[in-house]
Amino acid sequence: MKALVCVKRVPMTGGRIVLTEDEQAIETKHLGFAISPHEECGVEEAVRLVEQHGGESVVLTLGVAEAEEQLRDAMAIGIDRGLHLVTDGEEWDPEATAGAIVEAIRADEAASGPFDIVFFGNESADSGGFQVGLRVAHALGRPCATGLKSLVVDGAAVRCEQEVGGGRDVYELPLPAVLTVLEGLNLPRYPSVPGRMRAGRKPLEATTPARPDSRLELVRLVVPAGDAKQAEILGRGPEAAAAVVDLLEQIGVAL
Amino acid sequence: MNLVLVDHADGVATDVSLQALALAAALGGETHALLIGPGGAAAAQNVSVPVVHVAEHEALDAFAPDAWAAIVCGVADRVGATAIVAPGTGPATDAIARAAVRLGEPLAANCVAVTPGDPLLLTRVRWGGSLLEEARLHAGRAVLTVAPHSIAAVEPGPPGSIEAFTPELADNDLVVRVRDRVAPPAGGVSLADAKVVVTGGRGVGSAEGFAPVEELAALLGGAVGCSRAVTMSGWRPHTDQVGQTGNKIAPEIYIACGVSGATQHIAGAKGAKRILAVNTDPEAPIMSVADYAVVGDLHEVLPAVSAELRRRRG
Amino acid sequence: MSTFPASAKAVVIGCGIVGNSLAHHLTRLGWTDVVQIDKGPLPNPGGSTGHASNFIFPVDHSKEMTQLTLESQRQYVEMGVNTECGGIEVARTEERMEELRRRMASAKSWGVDSARLVTPAEIKELVPYIDETILLGGFHCPTVSVVDSLRAGTIMRERGIDSGGLQVFANTDVSGMDVEHGRIRRVHTSRGVIEAEVVVIACGVWSPLLAAMAGAHIPLTPAVHQMIDVGPVPRFETSSSAIEFPIVRDMDVFMYERQDGVGLEIGSYAHRSILHDPDEIPSIEEAALSPTEFPFTQADFADQMEHALELMPEIVGDESVGVKYAINGLISLTPDGMPILGETSEVKGLWSAAAVWVKEGPGVGKSLAEWMVNGESHIDLHTSDASRFHDHQKTRAHVKARTFEAFPKTYGIVHPAEQWASERGIRRSPMHAQEEALGAAFYEAVGWERPQWYEANAPLVERYDVEPRPAEWDARWWSPIVNAEHLAMREHAGIFDLSAFAIFDVKGAGALDALQHAVLAQMDVPVGRVVYTPVLSPGGGFKSDLTIMRLGDDEFRIVTGGAHGMADRKLFTDALPDDGSASLVDVTTAWTTIGLWGPQARDILSSVTSDDVSHEGFPFGRCRVIEIGSQLVLASRISYVGDLGWELYVPMEQGARLWDVLWEAGAPHSLTACGIGVYGTTGRLEKAYRAYGAELETEYNVVEAGMQRPSVKEQDFVGKEAHLRHREEEPTAILCTLTVDDHVSAAGVRRYPLGREPITLRDGTPLTDARGRRSYVTSAGAAPSLGTYLLLAYLPPEHAVEGSQALAVEYMNERFPVTVTVAGATAPFDPENARIRS
Repeated sequence: MKALVCVKRVPMTGGRIVLTEDEQAIETKHLGFAISPHEECGVEEAVRLVEQHGGESVVLTLGVAEAEEQLRDAMAIGIDRGLHLVTDGEEWDPEATAGAIVEAIRADEAASGPFDIVFFGNESADSGGFQVGLRVAHALGRPCATGLKSLVVDGAAVRCEQEVGGGRDVYELPLPAVLTVLEGLNLPRYPSVPGRMRAGRKPLEATTPARPDSRLELVRLVVPAGDAKQAEILGRGPEAAAAVVDLLEQIGVAL
Repeated sequence: MNLVLVDHADGVATDVSLQALALAAALGGETHALLIGPGGAAAAQNVSVPVVHVAEHEALDAFAPDAWAAIVCGVADRVGATAIVAPGTGPATDAIARAAVRLGEPLAANCVAVTPGDPLLLTRVRWGGSLLEEARLHAGRAVLTVAPHSIAAVEPGPPGSIEAFTPELADNDLVVRVRDRVAPPAGGVSLADAKVVVTGGRGVGSAEGFAPVEELAALLGGAVGCSRAVTMSGWRPHTDQVGQTGNKIAPEIYIACGVSGATQHIAGAKGAKRILAVNTDPEAPIMSVADYAVVGDLHEVLPAVSAELRRRRG
Repeated sequence: MSTFPASAKAVVIGCGIVGNSLAHHLTRLGWTDVVQIDKGPLPNPGGSTGHASNFIFPVDHSKEMTQLTLESQRQYVEMGVNTECGGIEVARTEERMEELRRRMASAKSWGVDSARLVTPAEIKELVPYIDETILLGGFHCPTVSVVDSLRAGTIMRERGIDSGGLQVFANTDVSGMDVEHGRIRRVHTSRGVIEAEVVVIACGVWSPLLAAMAGAHIPLTPAVHQMIDVGPVPRFETSSSAIEFPIVRDMDVFMYERQDGVGLEIGSYAHRSILHDPDEIPSIEEAALSPTEFPFTQADFADQMEHALELMPEIVGDESVGVKYAINGLISLTPDGMPILGETSEVKGLWSAAAVWVKEGPGVGKSLAEWMVNGESHIDLHTSDASRFHDHQKTRAHVKARTFEAFPKTYGIVHPAEQWASERGIRRSPMHAQEEALGAAFYEAVGWERPQWYEANAPLVERYDVEPRPAEWDARWWSPIVNAEHLAMREHAGIFDLSAFAIFDVKGAGALDALQHAVLAQMDVPVGRVVYTPVLSPGGGFKSDLTIMRLGDDEFRIVTGGAHGMADRKLFTDALPDDGSASLVDVTTAWTTIGLWGPQARDILSSVTSDDVSHEGFPFGRCRVIEIGSQLVLASRISYVGDLGWELYVPMEQGARLWDVLWEAGAPHSLTACGIGVYGTTGRLEKAYRAYGAELETEYNVVEAGMQRPSVKEQDFVGKEAHLRHREEEPTAILCTLTVDDHVSAAGVRRYPLGREPITLRDGTPLTDARGRRSYVTSAGAAPSLGTYLLLAYLPPEHAVEGSQALAVEYMNERFPVTVTVAGATAPFDPENARIRS
């Protein structure tokens, strides 16, 4: 089993998003970073597949130099090696991102064989473009299933479940395939201290792809005004129970 | 000419599809609709555009996104569409993204506004709605999805005409198709459908601490949700998670207990008609999105509410 | 919630552990109009208290810190939030074992008697998951505990509210403060403006920002200390409480590990100093966790993972144990490592309660409340005094440089005489060049570069046959040259640079009355007299001791040691009358002082002045302007080294000239340049002269220190009532001079205690007086003229018996026998003071 998981470094925001002065990015001075949540599950899944079937797992990211932190995080829970497509901090739109990833995959496959599965998050937490995985799959000529909450590899095929209203749709794809997954696919493990220590020594290959012009070109970011609501305080502590039930009755859900 | 891919269920176009039609209208020019799969013909009756194209084929009984994408591309070429719009949720989203890839065009997902022009100006959603992006789209054909519940839907109404057709489908496009439908794992009221959702956040303190949350939800016939912090701590399964990367809920009332109100969590509750926050901190971020609040410890407040409900029921 | 008041007696800004404790104790002591505010929510406003590791190791080398910690622990116990788990400081190196022996000494000196040294096998028994094979031993303190600081804060706040004297408003931002005529007037908040008599800044890392609003300085900086939490730990899953095993401090690698429920918390002070600016701290909405929990920087923890793995492989090496939580937590650091407590020197009524850790929070709250309400705290807070800072110490650059240097010393081994490497050369005396030429070993005191001794005097070591100190620790930051200089002075004469004195002129019609009221001694003396006097606290203990010269009917010059100078300046400034009839001017940098003492001092001085400097013409305790060449010099005949001679004051710019004149005149008299080693230690110890901060502090009174005069002046002064009472009572302790009889350790090496060691019976039993105070060495040093090594210590009366050979000093966990040489203030050397009065 050779599995690749593609991840993106995203900031961990709090209760309020603050933008940089030029409105081009989120102010991240005091924020930590993590792997985008859907992809975290992809990382865990890749590790589990290799634990189960043997083989090798690889993590890849297109991001700034600091994104190495996310690659090491993935390696700390068991990914074997990393590929870092280093950028200078400018935004890469989904097409450009997919293009660079396709090149990197082709190069790696030429060197050590094809990836049975390439994992993507269904969409990234920040830009939510929803299309990088599909673009990569199309370029590689491989089938792609999206929005997956469960998957089982069986020989040369993968049976996967996509969440839809009222249930789950089941797909069966021949390998090699590209899968985009959702959080909830599994519960990612925390790295152990030895895992963290090993991560620092695992191989990491970096390249610097050239950025093509964006066809979906960012003009600026805007924090939505919000309704400026002032919550009506029904009361304090258990004494508020009567007022709460009044409200529930008023809405019609208290029956 | 705008082509809108309309999702439908049980013979009716989905609400978000009607919102997609509204987005297309903002582009100006004539708009056609496209419905694919069984039930399309019935749903087409209430899509008020000049022409509704309905694709029928026995191989389309089960959803196959690549096939849908091929159909979209075919119709788009045929009618000379300069813009293709779809709802930002459901099978149409998957299909339209693949269509964009086939057409060699960028996809702008989850738009909330468009301004026609060259290039097209659009506003789309980031961070599940907590941030907006204004962008220019440099494309031959604009491919857009509309962010659910951000634009008013057009009214349903009869179309000008309905054109049914049977598309040519390549075997390759049927590799990815639904083979089966299974039930979701956990039972109980589905969060997405629940009329009442009671959620616990970090403030609940432990898995056992959810007892008062579960009790109240049960009394109200509602569903129990949780924040990501709870899921990550292993107190509750991910299926209970409400948020940008979890469930999106749209209840009559969302009771958020011990939840601070991080943007990613609120992103999952945008559809809630009302929010009642229970929190010890009157200035927690959730207080600026809540309609009602009780300032207090959920471990005291929720049992009191449950007791009051029981008392009034006699 | 009640409406926000328009005025209050006191506004306490901050609902962390300190603010809560202070608010409670103020109301407990009777204040009924206290308002407490915080910009964050309750119970956790988002400051350092909210993420603190919450453990208390009571033993510290500092008496003040230990007292505050023990008092805090008492309060935590009373509130029911104290969980005793014990703590072990482990040693991987021999150097650290020595430090642990010093820990034992401090434990005994401050009364933490359950502490003991333990072997690796004993450590293993207490902490089964430790790899004891990498350890040499440990220091086990069974009373180490963890506390629920948030719960304690809530309890204390609620007590304040229940008393009716406290109102609390969370989510209240402070935007400004108004100061009028040097006094705080009002605070501007998001809920309204509030007039206040007293405002206390208890804001942790935000304190400097608040102080700046009023034009005051609280010199601290937020700094990072990393912590991670790993779990679930299989061994902890069966624990019935949150902490069942002792906390381990792995001192050599600057880390600690403690059980936290089913997890293991690992903290580190080992990384590079990571300092932040207070205005960089994010708001509550912006912060992902809390404003003082910064994102973890993995790279800074890389080595620490290895160390933790070495020490606790069973847990840390377990692949099933995951890293669940990791932060760079913000804490407050100050340039000298002590908290910042008390009224600020810049603004009357504005108090600081900053840079306080959970382990001393409640104690600080109580002490500050006592200070504010009663004018004096039970625990002497002089090393934390907010008014201690000199100007250069208030600058951001200085704070950053020193905290940057101090951070790695958090668990480090710090020699009591250790010098700072950063921020040197800021204040140089006019004689600096001459001193450099003489090979001065410069030590720094409040920015002044002072020669501790001179390398040029190295040949004197052989001449006077001075013993070296064979143990490296004893010899560190010391030189036998000090003793040689001392002997040269006693034989001929020595010249001293005393530029670091703090000097204040108090003038005006009201000057006499103001000083009369502030000090113990009679100040209505003839012009031209020099008065040495203690300054008392209301309780009759020591706030300072210094000299005052009467230069005119309405003109007085106060001279005090530089180290305590700023606090003294505030003390006297506060003592000035409101009607403006007296004023104080800080003339520290206007005058330099040169000391000239020794049997040939008069010979030297008379050779450069035609003024009458004979014993009859210039008696002891007089001051007068004399002419030395073209210089008018204020000569003051007193001596802190207990020998014949003068302090000579000239304007700063003339210091170098005076030094050269005296140096030349002194050559035929074997004049020797002498450093502060002589001035501050050997000279005064031989004469049993007490020093503020060593023997003299508020905990001991004048009678116990053996410094009572024959009579008490009839004028009223601060502490008079208490002082009179003390004169009536039998003293509970008596300050004695002890001589070390045998320096030879069990290993056959001569050892020299450096100070703070416990005085015990020969069998090791500590001595405790009737007020519960332990006997310990307040000052230690050589008495070269006697050929002995002296210790000053307060002894219970039954042991303060001259000639007694029942006692010992415990140093490095060994006992060395001592003899009580003097009970009281009589000088061991020249007890009749013949030299001074010659």
